[in-house]
Amino acid sequence: MGRYVIRRLLQMIPVFFGTTLLIFLMVNVMGDPIAGLCGDRQCDPATAAQLRSEFGLDKPVWQQYLTYMGNVFTGDFGTAFNGQKVTELMGTAFPITIRLTIVAVVFEVVIGISLGVVTGLRRGRPVDTTVLILTLIVIAVPTFVTGLLLQLLLGVKWGIIKPSVSADPTFDELLVPGLVLASVSLAYVTRLTRTSIAENARADYVRTAVAKGLPRRRVVVRHLLRNSLIPVVTFIGTDVGALMGGAIVTERIFNIHGVGYQLYQGILRQNSQTVVGFVTILVLVFLAANLIVDLLYAVLDPRIRYA
Amino acid sequence: MPEPQTPDEAISQGGAGAPTDLAMEEGTSLEKNPGGPDGTGPAGKPRSLWSDAWRDLRRNPVFIISSLVILFLVIISIWPSLIASGDPLQADLADAQKGSEPGHPFGFDPQGRDVYTRVVYGTRTSVTVGVCATLGVALLGSVLGGLAGFFGGWWDAILSRLTDVFFGIPVVLGGLVFLSVVTSSTVWPVVGFIVLLGWPQIARIARGSVITAKQNDYVQAARALGASNSRMMLRHITPNAIAPVIVVATIALGTYISLEATLSFLGVGLKDPAVSWGIDISAAANYIRNAPHMLLWPAGALAVTVLAFIMLGDAVRDALDPKLR
Repeated sequence: MGRYVIRRLLQMIPVFFGTTLLIFLMVNVMGDPIAGLCGDRQCDPATAAQLRSEFGLDKPVWQQYLTYMGNVFTGDFGTAFNGQKVTELMGTAFPITIRLTIVAVVFEVVIGISLGVVTGLRRGRPVDTTVLILTLIVIAVPTFVTGLLLQLLLGVKWGIIKPSVSADPTFDELLVPGLVLASVSLAYVTRLTRTSIAENARADYVRTAVAKGLPRRRVVVRHLLRNSLIPVVTFIGTDVGALMGGAIVTERIFNIHGVGYQLYQGILRQNSQTVVGFVTILVLVFLAANLIVDLLYAVLDPRIRYA
Repeated sequence: MPEPQTPDEAISQGGAGAPTDLAMEEGTSLEKNPGGPDGTGPAGKPRSLWSDAWRDLRRNPVFIISSLVILFLVIISIWPSLIASGDPLQADLADAQKGSEPGHPFGFDPQGRDVYTRVVYGTRTSVTVGVCATLGVALLGSVLGGLAGFFGGWWDAILSRLTDVFFGIPVVLGGLVFLSVVTSSTVWPVVGFIVLLGWPQIARIARGSVITAKQNDYVQAARALGASNSRMMLRHITPNAIAPVIVVATIALGTYISLEATLSFLGVGLKDPAVSWGIDISAAANYIRNAPHMLLWPAGALAVTVLAFIMLGDAVRDALDPKLR
């Protein structure tokens, strides 16, 4: 187990540097990092040259990347356009997005897996068909349309929720945004659980469990569900990173000042420090989530052992 | 001679009885009566995966409906003037945000442009982005992934790490970073971006699929007979490894259309003179309280298009991979 974790951690190193380098190149080579520093005007050449040497932008790109990474590992993510430390921005933004992501994941787990179990056990029945069609529709309607429609109906027409959330939103304010963020993944979780349950329902161990007279509930929860959850856990694990990155659309619709909002502002104002910093953290979250998923396998399925 | 031929087959095949068609019809007649008397092939020859899948698809209502919808979308994206006579860019501010009226069934958008015409012309953008991006992703992904699976070794190791790198980048985020510096209002930067970030998905699938196909006996036999690498790849592995790629690519086509709209909604996909559902939805979002029709029509068109491609992919997967049913 220990050796496996170490090997996985070592494998994560090139992926981490590759991804951050790619984002670094996208931001610094394709965009102009100092364009945002003179407001809406064009920087005059002398100022531009001075800013370039001040930020080390006259050095070759690989050197800039190494300097940046060196700073990151000492906890210095640079300064945003308004003089705020990027770490400060992260301190306010990440708790909000983490709350939103937790709401979304809870929706995925509770609704997605329950619907998946129900439909997987009743394949071909009307419930199954209805839910399948619903999931297809949810997958087909893009998140920003779902979000706008829910905002229109629940927030504006019926007044059940407030159309946008406060600066430091609580969990109950984030219920609808969380549902919107989760919607597409929720549909995938449902379909995945359904397929997995339906496949395992014919397995020998399920027949044995039924034959030895276990109550149906116990068969489903302890035997069937536990064995069917592995692909679902994989999906949800990899989805955590995608949810945090994809929150950009949901946060924009409901005006939530989380990671997506800060990133959007950073990109809009061409503030490379903010963008690269936030993306670096998101990549770390994504890698960590993948590692945790792999370790969870052993908990769900004792047959899997790590050498 | 494969003599027994039903009349409808003769019609569907066009030139019935012409000697050149016989080879082609062999598969069809076998399919109609498997194991029946047949002079040319061995009796009871199993149907190929493709003819089997085709037989399933023809009976699947989901497949028929979604392909009809897609056919319709493709036709109006090539000839939008067939059903919309107006100009999608013609604007009259006096009409701004007006609802439905005769001759303008969907009403007008914030600039006073006809929503119906814009929805019809927007089809072209979405279908072009979807088809081009999918072709690019499928080609690049299956070539890179297929070669990695076939040759293994260091190229495989590099490619696997490379796909990990690309998977680590959240798509919408990457789109914002990558496309915010582009000023062109054509679809090509968006297509390029989707290909850049989409190929690893297909590459992984193609790699796995080629590795499975490579271990089959007939490939080993071909190798033993001295077949060259390219012959083994083209004749033996590709036809047997391509099914998963096709399935995933079809479903991905729908999600790429949705992605283009999302990026346009965020203001980095297509830019205004271009006609795109994403742009229209984004513009309408500010007026959603007073004039929701400006949002609902393009959003509905987008949803139907994406749904059609996803359903088609679903049907094709069911047909090609009976295990999943």
